[in-house]
Amino acid sequence: MSVKQISVFAENKPGKMNEMTEVLAANNINMRALSLAETEGFGIIRLIVDDAYEAATVLKDAGYINKLTTVVIVEIPDVPGGLNEVLKVFTRANINLSYMYALAGEKGSDKARMVFRVNDHKAAEAAMEKAGIKVLTQEDIAKL
Amino acid sequence: MEHYFQKEIECASREEIIAIQNQKLVEQVQHVWDNVPYYRKKMEDKGLTPGDIKSIDDLHKLPFLSKADLREAYPYGLAGVPMKDCVRIHSTSGTTGKRVVAFYTQADIDLWEDCCARAIMAAGGTSEDVCQVAYGFGLFTGGAGLNGGSHKVGCLTVPTSSGNTERQIMFIRDLSTTILCCTPSYAAYLAETMKEMGMSPEDIPLKAGIFGAEAWSEEMRQEIQNTLGIKAYDIYGLTELSGPGVAFECSAQDGMHINEDHFIAEIIDPDTGEVLPDGTQGELVFTSISKKAFPLLRYRTRDICTLHREKCSCGRTHVKMEKPKGRSDDMLIIRGVNVFPSQIEAVLLEHGYQANYQIIVGRVNNTDTLDVHVEMTPEMFTDDVMEIRNRQNELVAGLKSMLGIKAKVTLVDHKSITRSEGKAVRVIDNRKI
Repeated sequence: MSVKQISVFAENKPGKMNEMTEVLAANNINMRALSLAETEGFGIIRLIVDDAYEAATVLKDAGYINKLTTVVIVEIPDVPGGLNEVLKVFTRANINLSYMYALAGEKGSDKARMVFRVNDHKAAEAAMEKAGIKVLTQEDIAKL
Repeated sequence: MEHYFQKEIECASREEIIAIQNQKLVEQVQHVWDNVPYYRKKMEDKGLTPGDIKSIDDLHKLPFLSKADLREAYPYGLAGVPMKDCVRIHSTSGTTGKRVVAFYTQADIDLWEDCCARAIMAAGGTSEDVCQVAYGFGLFTGGAGLNGGSHKVGCLTVPTSSGNTERQIMFIRDLSTTILCCTPSYAAYLAETMKEMGMSPEDIPLKAGIFGAEAWSEEMRQEIQNTLGIKAYDIYGLTELSGPGVAFECSAQDGMHINEDHFIAEIIDPDTGEVLPDGTQGELVFTSISKKAFPLLRYRTRDICTLHREKCSCGRTHVKMEKPKGRSDDMLIIRGVNVFPSQIEAVLLEHGYQANYQIIVGRVNNTDTLDVHVEMTPEMFTDDVMEIRNRQNELVAGLKSMLGIKAKVTLVDHKSITRSEGKAVRVIDNRKI
């Protein structure tokens, strides 16, 4: 059900992101979303791609330290208050959010997609389904 | 079972060793007086003649030689025999100044190789073994010394020299190498490369490693032992005294036996020059009593360590020296505090990082800065920024408690620090003093 995100360690220096995306491009891997968590000195690049396992292998071979982590991606109506509805569900289910970011939008679509890293992804998915909110699968991501 | 190359001398009684040292010292002082005007002048300046040195009890009267003397006397000033009697030279890397050139007669080479053979057998080597010498060959003493020692033991010797890592691994696997000789940093790199090639310690027949030519920590020993599945033995030496094999570790892996039939060791107070009792930390000083071509008396090594004379479980009777914290050449003075790279290395390994690091020293507003660059590893990486930061802060605290000064820790990309095939470059000092 859940989706694998790739987290990549990146030393904070010019050209780092460029080098990494070049590796993905050269291996024909398509990015669906990217978020950068940066702190003094280093950053963690978080990626949602069409094929997470392939991307993890390709990046490892190119010398990038990475880890697969489980995230929850949901589809929400692209209207004011859309995100708020989802967050309410998390709160009611007592689920703790570490971070979140958005997937690239689709032309002409009235849906938005958000990536959430939570403390309990199984409970989060169950809560979403109960509330009638669509949770995306790895297959959904590959088809986007 | 403990193996010895020259058991009679390696396990001689204290009385026998002292008798040998007394006789050889008196002869050596006369030899130097007769043949090395540079040192004779130093003796004359102190009002000494060879007659004043009757036994090792008089050793403390002799003047010291320092690295500065070696530079001043470069190239022939300290040679003890005519060049026609010398068969080889070796030379230091010269990274800290002018090169030191040391001369050898055939007999000097022989006794040096004997010392290396003792080291190999103390590490469990016999004529059944395949010994791969991955120290550099050439002016550097590492390759030649262990190569000669390996021949004397009768090992099948594989003189790969340093570098070409995949070929090293191919030989280790294909020729069933059992003993590896190289610098500890190169051993760690070989281990890392083997792991990447999908090889585990069970796939390779290695049983022992003889690692020296740079300071390394006890933690690094454990790391190498675990990753290569071997016993890792330390070996000590200086080009000025011959090369590796001046002292070596035995099965006890607890200090290195100094070959006392060729080298007399003293520990002195580096400030006053006063001789300190065994068990006290100070600067190591050596007197070379057998070598004729480059006969250094009371040479100050600038290595800080301690001597121990307690009985050793291996049966050898020669005095043991603790692993030096590092050459004073490697020692950094940061904000007035002495810092050895090996201390930083120990803290890194203790905190789960690997020994791939660089120490960058700078000066901002007249204050020294210490920045330790350490590579992120797959094991230490997590998606959780806070967790990485916490581990980084723990490392900063560990360094502070070890060194007594605050260091900055910068996490850098995996493999971004150049791997060394010889002596690792650990320190970049950007201070313009």
